[in-house]
Amino acid sequence: MDLTVTLTGFVALYIFMLAAFTGYEIIGRVPAILHTPLMSGSNFVHGIVVVGAMFALLNATSTVEQVIGFFGVLLGAGNAAGGYVVTERMLEMFKPSDKKTGEKPAK
Amino acid sequence: MNTQVIIDASYLAAAFLFIFGLKRMSSPVTARSGIVVAGLGMLVATLASFLYVFGIHGEAQPHLTTNVILAAAALAIGTGWAWWSGKKVAMTAMPQMVALYNGMGGGAAAAIAAVELLRTSAVHETVSLVVTIIGALIGAISLAGSLIAWAKLDGKINGTWRIKGQQAFNGLVFLSTLALGMYIVFGAQGHAPVGLVAAFFIGALIFGVLMTMPIGGADMPVVISLYNAFTGLAVGFEGYVLQNPALMIAGMVVGSAGTLLTLLMAKAMNRSVANVIFSNFGATGDEQQGEIKGSMKPAEAGDAAVNMRYASKVIIAPGYGLAVAQAQHKLFEFVKLLSEAGVDVKFAIHPVAGRMPGHMNVLLAEAGVPYDMIYDLEDINGEFKEADVAIVIGANDTVNPAARTNKSSPIYGMPILNVDQAKQVYVIKRGQGKGYSGVENELFFADNCNLVYGDALKVMVSMIQAVKSLEGGH
Repeated sequence: MDLTVTLTGFVALYIFMLAAFTGYEIIGRVPAILHTPLMSGSNFVHGIVVVGAMFALLNATSTVEQVIGFFGVLLGAGNAAGGYVVTERMLEMFKPSDKKTGEKPAK
Repeated sequence: MNTQVIIDASYLAAAFLFIFGLKRMSSPVTARSGIVVAGLGMLVATLASFLYVFGIHGEAQPHLTTNVILAAAALAIGTGWAWWSGKKVAMTAMPQMVALYNGMGGGAAAAIAAVELLRTSAVHETVSLVVTIIGALIGAISLAGSLIAWAKLDGKINGTWRIKGQQAFNGLVFLSTLALGMYIVFGAQGHAPVGLVAAFFIGALIFGVLMTMPIGGADMPVVISLYNAFTGLAVGFEGYVLQNPALMIAGMVVGSAGTLLTLLMAKAMNRSVANVIFSNFGATGDEQQGEIKGSMKPAEAGDAAVNMRYASKVIIAPGYGLAVAQAQHKLFEFVKLLSEAGVDVKFAIHPVAGRMPGHMNVLLAEAGVPYDMIYDLEDINGEFKEADVAIVIGANDTVNPAARTNKSSPIYGMPILNVDQAKQVYVIKRGQGKGYSGVENELFFADNCNLVYGDALKVMVSMIQAVKSLEGGH
């Protein structure tokens, strides 16, 4: 079975179009309270670029390509890991009040 | 089994996990699990990418060992550094960190494009080349621009940098870079000499710097959001070049989501995105304003606190000044005292409070404020009329009624929190300064407004003491 597809021409345009609508719909109804974590979260998601950079580096044939590829992977990995850590740290702080109201009243 | 099928299946899974994760991140209840889901997608895709070693070009075969070692080292260093820096960054410094990570993503996209353009042996299709160049341009601009945004927010670059005829100069740099890019595509058919490719990237980087330098710190939320969208688009385009659906989908989802977020932000400031990028707002804000009647009346922190203790409804409008004074924890302590005394306390957040969209919410969440006490502008604005006390801490332009009433004001039309409609307004302020727009605030002169002068942290401490000593007297 051959599962190879070429993502050119209209197929690529369809993918781009549907993905663009998906992004629009996801953000469109988000309360402002989550804008920062969500921006940080989407910042994390484009860290997937590290995968493309790995492809470029693994297929590098000259020193120049290796150097650029190395930095590509380095930067991409930083984007992904950093984006994940700060998003998780921010979301960890969002708690509803039912956990708080149980606290002992102050003296 | 064909390794390519495993790679493709992993990318499909990753694309699903990203979208599902982002969807879960759009509600405060499920947000935490959302990032974990998306993180899982990233892990799957990255691990699967090592399978590329089984399908690399013949020419790259002799370099395979070196390349794999380089890839592993780059992954380890990049992940390690970012993990460490992300763990230790303070919540107030979060916007510049996000800008930095975002710039790195843009840089990675530009690097992919550079490798593709330098691969002299490859046969380049024109469409693919055009997409490579556009992705490279956007990615490099995002890298340079995000770095400048980071440096500005981090206080490494102070002030704005403007020269005469700057926009014409920027335009010239941009057009020259574009011309170089077009030559690489149509003139050299993708086989341009290394020097030309380098010149193209340098041009794009310089343009990114030039474009961001004149933008003031207060406009950075919009700019960071814009570059986030840029990086997303660059990643999506490079995904097309590499025929990688995961990059295409993730990049385009972020590109459109980021664009929408940028527009929402700009709208909250009542300005267009073009206005943020090309105008010199704040530099020329001292035009003559109408005479403001009334005078500024000071109030003691203790009196204000006691007044709030016996109110039935209090709304708090915090601004970035609260975070600068690191007073959010003390503020929440005070709010808890009020809540225990039966006062209905709510937080009202202006969309552009802080240095990033929704930054204020994060800062309050850090102090332990539950998210169901925090309200957006549209949801709370009707309630100020019923509030006994509204208290403004470290905010200025976002509560200036001139935005509603004074057509000649530069901030006219910007949505504001209607704190002036409360029965009594307290404004905690360090001094008599103006907001970043340079506009005098009519609110401070209103009959129902009193100013509590002092550092927000010290004021909160004396407010807590005042309420506590009241309770002790029973």
